[in-house]
Amino acid sequence: MRSADHHRSRGSPDLKLVDGSRVAVIGGGPSGSFFSYFLLDMAERVDLELSVDIFEPRDFSLPAPQGCNNCAGVISESLLQNLATEGINLPTTVVQRGLDSYVMHTDVGSLRIETPLHEKRIAALFRSAGPRGVQNSEWVGFDEYLLSLAKDKGARVIKARVTEVDRSGGRLAVQTRSDPPQIYDLLSVGTGVNSQSIKLFKDQGFDYKPPKTTKTAIHEYFIGADNIEKYLGSSLHVFLLDVPKLDFAMIIPKGNYVTVCLLGSDIDEALFQSFLKLPEVKSCFPHDWVGDQPDCKCFPRINVRGAVQPFADRVVFIGDSGVTRLYKDGIGAAYRAAKAAATTAIFEGISAKDFKKRYWPVCRAMSIDNRFGRFVFSITHVIQRRLLLRQAVLLMAYQEQRSDFSPRMSSVLWDTFTGSAPYKDIFLRTLHPAFISRMIWDLSNSFINDRFVDRDVLQTTSDMKGLRR
Amino acid sequence: MNTGALGKTYHDGEVIFNQGDEGNCMYVIQSGQVEVLQEIDSRTVRLAVRGEGEFFGEMALFESQVRMATVRALGPAKILTIDKKNFLRRIHEDPSMAYHMIKKMSARIRQLSETVTRLENLLMESSN
Repeated sequence: MRSADHHRSRGSPDLKLVDGSRVAVIGGGPSGSFFSYFLLDMAERVDLELSVDIFEPRDFSLPAPQGCNNCAGVISESLLQNLATEGINLPTTVVQRGLDSYVMHTDVGSLRIETPLHEKRIAALFRSAGPRGVQNSEWVGFDEYLLSLAKDKGARVIKARVTEVDRSGGRLAVQTRSDPPQIYDLLSVGTGVNSQSIKLFKDQGFDYKPPKTTKTAIHEYFIGADNIEKYLGSSLHVFLLDVPKLDFAMIIPKGNYVTVCLLGSDIDEALFQSFLKLPEVKSCFPHDWVGDQPDCKCFPRINVRGAVQPFADRVVFIGDSGVTRLYKDGIGAAYRAAKAAATTAIFEGISAKDFKKRYWPVCRAMSIDNRFGRFVFSITHVIQRRLLLRQAVLLMAYQEQRSDFSPRMSSVLWDTFTGSAPYKDIFLRTLHPAFISRMIWDLSNSFINDRFVDRDVLQTTSDMKGLRR
Repeated sequence: MNTGALGKTYHDGEVIFNQGDEGNCMYVIQSGQVEVLQEIDSRTVRLAVRGEGEFFGEMALFESQVRMATVRALGPAKILTIDKKNFLRRIHEDPSMAYHMIKKMSARIRQLSETVTRLENLLMESSN
């Protein structure tokens, strides 16, 4: 294999990685770590010697805010399975709580749905060592764990913020405040949308346009492992409530803390506090609990419409700074995009043309799927606002657990809330004649039966027998 | 720390699947060990012991045949199921995801070949 020096001396280097090529990765979060890990793993398979530098100023072994990447911290069952197949099994020191079910809360009742094998297939974790003020944490943050995997593969972590990126003789000069510019053959940008680093690429002559974002709200509360076991168990709690400006809410039980995550337009502290006072929410906490002082809180932005042209010659944008999945399974999307970018760089090349050929189809597939996602969430939004629809959805899910009906609604709800299946799959399942006819039947029942469902009936545990896709 | 355990808990001796069962998934051991047993001519032979991070039952992902062996927990074990449909969908999108499995399966074939060679030698020696 030709060396990088050989190519440099020719003055017109090929846009390929060769022995000795240098790769810079901006951001040591999941997308940067996954990219570095798989790039070095695949390079090893084809006997290619690369040097990978990850620029990450934060120390993920610290609690928030220093070590945190502002995320709800849920690993979907599909990502868990994919990682396990790749030989990456999340240790119990990283996973705060394994989840085996979800509970859907509405104002007309709650319904718990479990996996068919009663298996913990969703991981709740912290991206950093834990929320602000956590002491003697026995857990390791997810980002630190992934970064350690990349380091074990040979990546070098430079604890500095990149202050400038410039084209230099066809290659890229990456500069930090403390060091002179370093020349790299490939630059992978995995900064996330809440980082200032994304602004480095505004006037660089790239066609890249950053993603569109919306604000979310994440609060963390210490209520202790015993209380979590008693009030929340190993379930993800999701809320379909008719609250203005609130699209979706979720409570994620972790080790000693719970994470409350709200999605919607203009979410602020006042909305958060009124959400916590709702009876459906209060039932998830101890009776004497007052949630006015979270142990940690943030209002991060999330990517809701992917970046334009997330690649150029020698540059690729991955994870949230590129294209990600709408609302759910952002880490799973980072894994897929990072791996596609690494595969392109090793087996195809590092030109814009190469990334367009092999990396872009993965991003485009996510973008197209997000269109279905927007539609799915707009239907969810309508259900939230209509009492009859909320009743019909709950009835349908409840009844299919008690009978031999195929659990169509339960699977749709499961995959929408857990982010385990493509939105297109979820959408197509709702078009099945059996789904539509049963929905109409339950809607009629909800209307005829005095428009109210017996809440006690719905406060039940149901198995998703034969549910899995 | 136990709250972070993933998969399903199996107790010592509990069967994960039986020889002859239909299968549509494979398994990855999150913690503990399992033993792979095959019944031949009314005798049970232990084919292998698999530990943390290893997978088993992978043949069900590629073949439409019944399970060729029984697998049961050797002490307490946590096992994560890998769905056939999720696996095949992802392999279709990203064939390199199978690399780790192919590498492990290759190592197992190498090990089996060594075992067969040893047995052939023993047979030849006993026939001489």
